[in-house]
Parts: sequence; C-alpha cells; structure tokens
Amino acid sequence: MAAPRRHPRSEAPLLAALTLPALAAVVAFFVLPMIRLVMLGAAGPEGLGAYAAALTTPRYVESLAATILLSAGVTLVTLAIAAASGLFLERNRFRGRQVLIAILTLPLAFPGVVIGFMVIMLAGRQGLIGSISAALTGQKIVFAYSAAGLFMGYVYFSIPRVILTIMAAAEKLDRALEEAARSLGASNWQVVRDVVLPALRPALIASGAICFATAMGAFGTAFTLATNIDVLAMTIYTEFTLQANFAMAAALSIVLGAITWVALTVARSLTGATVAAAG
Amino acid sequence: MKRAGLFYAQLAFTILVCAFMVVPVVLSILAGVTANFFQGIGSGLTLRWVVQVWGLYADTIRLSVIIALACLAATLIAGVPTAYVLAKRPGRVARLIEELLVLPIAIPGLAIALGLITTYGAFEGFRKSWLFILAGHVVFTLPFMVRAVLAVLLAIDFRTLEEGAASLGAGFWQRFLGVVLPNCRPGILAGSLMVVTLSLGEFNLTWMLHTPLTKTLPVGLADSYASMRLEVASAYTLVFFVILVPLLVLLQRFGQPARRAERAAPVAATVPERAPA
Repeated sequence: MAAPRRHPRSEAPLLAALTLPALAAVVAFFVLPMIRLVMLGAAGPEGLGAYAAALTTPRYVESLAATILLSAGVTLVTLAIAAASGLFLERNRFRGRQVLIAILTLPLAFPGVVIGFMVIMLAGRQGLIGSISAALTGQKIVFAYSAAGLFMGYVYFSIPRVILTIMAAAEKLDRALEEAARSLGASNWQVVRDVVLPALRPALIASGAICFATAMGAFGTAFTLATNIDVLAMTIYTEFTLQANFAMAAALSIVLGAITWVALTVARSLTGATVAAAG
Repeated sequence: MKRAGLFYAQLAFTILVCAFMVVPVVLSILAGVTANFFQGIGSGLTLRWVVQVWGLYADTIRLSVIIALACLAATLIAGVPTAYVLAKRPGRVARLIEELLVLPIAIPGLAIALGLITTYGAFEGFRKSWLFILAGHVVFTLPFMVRAVLAVLLAIDFRTLEEGAASLGAGFWQRFLGVVLPNCRPGILAGSLMVVTLSLGEFNLTWMLHTPLTKTLPVGLADSYASMRLEVASAYTLVFFVILVPLLVLLQRFGQPARRAERAAPVAATVPERAPA
C-alpha cells in the first residue's frame, strides 16, 4: 500500500463525479434488470416456487445436469490439451513457434455462432471428417449436431484463453526446482507430476473455472448447431420465446447466473490475490 | 541442441491442436469463394457468393460497425475516468465499485438480455432502436476497458507524475488530461481493441435484443447458417473474418500492455476473464 498522502478535499466530489457515467450505466442496464429478473422469477403462478421447480422438475434438472457434465468434461479436456501445448511452447524455442502460438490464440474472440459453423465445417454434412471417413471406409461420419459436436465446439473456444493463462504462469516457474528434482533422480513424468503441475495449480484452477463458467453460459454454438441435447441456455431460450414462460425462463437464468458467478468466485478465492487481480 | 524424442512428440501434438484450430477457418474461407463446395475447388473459384452476401447483409455489417464505435465511445467516456479514480483511491469502496462493474462478465449474456427485455421492453421506442443493443454491449464490454486501463495505471507510478505536475501548478483537469491520460495510452489502446472486437462479435445478448430492423453481423451470420446454402454462409463468415482478424492480430500485439510493464515492476497481469461464447 502507498504511504498516506494528502488528498485535497476539494477533489473528492470531482473524483466521485468521474465514476458516475460508469455507475449509471451499470445500475440502469445491469443491476435493475437483474433485480427485475429475480422478481419476475418469483412472480409466476408458483411464486418463489419457480426457483424450486427449476431445481426439481425433471426436464430442467436433466438440462442442468447435462450442461454441468458437458462443461466439466470440456474443462478437463481443454486443461489437458492447453497444459501440454502451453508448457511445450513456453519451454522450447524453435522456428515457427510464434506462428503456432498465434494460431492457438487467434480464435480468442470468435463468437459462439462462428465456432458452431467451424464445427459444421469439420463434422457437418459436408464436413471434412465426413468426407475423409467416406473416402476411407465408405461410412460418412457426421456428429456436428450431437453432443460430441457441441463438446468439440466448446473445446475449440476454450483452448485460446486457457493456453494464454497457462503460458503466462509457466513463464514464472522456478526452473531451479525442476533441476533439483532431476538431479535427485526424478524422471520426466515425476518432475511434471510433483513439481510443475503443483506450481501451475493456481493458473489451472483459475483458467479451468473461467472455462467452466463460459461453457455453462454459452449460447451461440448450441444455437447454430441446433443440438439435440438441451443445454441450459437453449432451455431458457425455448422457455422464453416458444413457451412464453417468462417466470421459468427468469428463474432458470438466475440459477445459471448463480452457478457461473460461484464458479468464478470460488476459483478466485482459492487462487489468492494475484489471480484475483488477473481476473 | 539435440532434440529428444519427447520434443517431437510434443511438437506433433501441438501441431495437431493447431490444425484443429485453423483447418475449419481455412475450409470456410475456401467454401466462401468456391463455386460449388460439394463438388470441390475443381468447380472453380468465384466471388459470386461474397457479392451476394454484400447485397443481402450489408445493412447488418453497417449496423455492427456503428454499434461497435458507439460502444467504444461510451466505454471510453465511462471507463477511463473510472479506472483512474479506482487507481487513485484504492480501498473498500473502490473494490466494491470494481466488483460491481465486472459482475456482468460473470453472468451469461442470455440472462442479462432477458433482464433488459423484461425491464425496458415496454418502452417501445427504446426497445426497437439499436440503442437497446448498445446498452447491452456497453455493460458487457465496460469491464474490459476499466481493467485494461487500471492495469496500466497500477503498473506505472502515476502518483509521482501527478505530484510533479501539481507542484508545477497544474490543476486537476490539466493533470488528468495532460499527464494521466497520455500515460494510460497503452491501456486505452488495449481496452479499445478489446471493446470493439467483443462488440462486433457479440451474439448471446444481441440475439435476444435485436429486432428485424436492428440485425447485427453475428445475428445475420446465425440467420445465414440456418437458412442459406453453405457457400453463402461461408462467404459471410469470410467477410466477418476480414473485419475481425486484423483486430485480433492487433489484440495479440497490443492486448497486454500491463504484462510488458510487469517485467519491469511486478504488478498483476490482466488476462481477459471471458470473451463471448
């Protein structure tokens, strides 16, 4: 913390005024709408029971469970891929390294709809995987519109941001610890398991939580693929637009928002202040 | 240096992952300029689909650019001064304000959109204008601007700079405009790139907030994926990439100014918490 400084009293109102545009925008277009949504969730025929119904009605519970399972699976697979490639790219210097890093991180801000289309290009009816499998075996493999397609899309959009976090963390690792472990006779695998991975834990937890929360709330990819599994975002969308069941859509949105918020908050408290600042 | 077998195994794996990321992009670009993708490139290259996309969807592109620029203006006006105040007066109140500003990133866009519709849906003039979409984009992108500028302010010693200027008689606005803002430039640039990129690609909120007369580029994309032939959808995606990829490349280059500053002085880096999905 900085040493105490003199704050000219006259500046305080000015500083407060400078934050007003941001606060006004957030209150008007986020806080009030979220309060309205919470109230709307409780305003249906079931009252507060809408929240209970969201967590007990089989259709919603299945959708919630499927979304959590999918997001958790995506998180684990993405962490494994990103850790393997991220560590490799951080530790080795070779020609073409920058190109590989650029390719892996470029899709960082591709919207979900576009990623859905990428899945169609790979695994859709006219997709690459289908044409290759048809040429090899005569059997056309198409899985873009199934849970596997959605899984692939979510891994696709998660890789860039997880790999960035892992590379930033790997850069700060103390190589001397690994050298010490190696000189004591540890194998490559033992060094990774007992030295590198524990040191990367905060980054893995933080990026894993972000990955999980993003997958939970993702909508565009599922929308494009018109998937036959009902992820929570699609269930909410259907309730709102097709069933006009506004109370239930609101209650489910609040449940979904609570889950993503808790995931991010828990990760932040587990990983301490540095990651909290990193977000 | 001798490379071990492990090196090549890891390299092969990483190249495989890269292929996974880049092959569908290349395929969709090719499909967008191929006369008949089902028959293959052999059917000939053409710009017919791109021209058709321009005829069908130029409005969505124009609206997206307008919204992205308006969003940038709003987040600059609202975000940069706020980041300065948060850096200048750290403490519990500042922490609370920052938490509140960042909260929209943690809530799925679909939920925020439902909140906006149920709160303001009755104000027809607002509901039907593109300003309604802008409102959603601003709350969603504002945290990225605040974080980017705040990270740079925390990495430089702006207090000493300000005190120096004050001792020379500079007033508040002279210090803010003449000393603080120029020193925030890398953060403002990173934040601006992030805001424009996110706004151009935003779908989760926008799909719920749009009307038939206020379609943005990603909304049009979803529309074409659902109802157009693959070549048209690909050509539209190609147009989107032509707009987005330069921004992403700039973002790779200028996106993390605080990390560069951090190598001199250890201050927490900023990694974007979430991008839209």
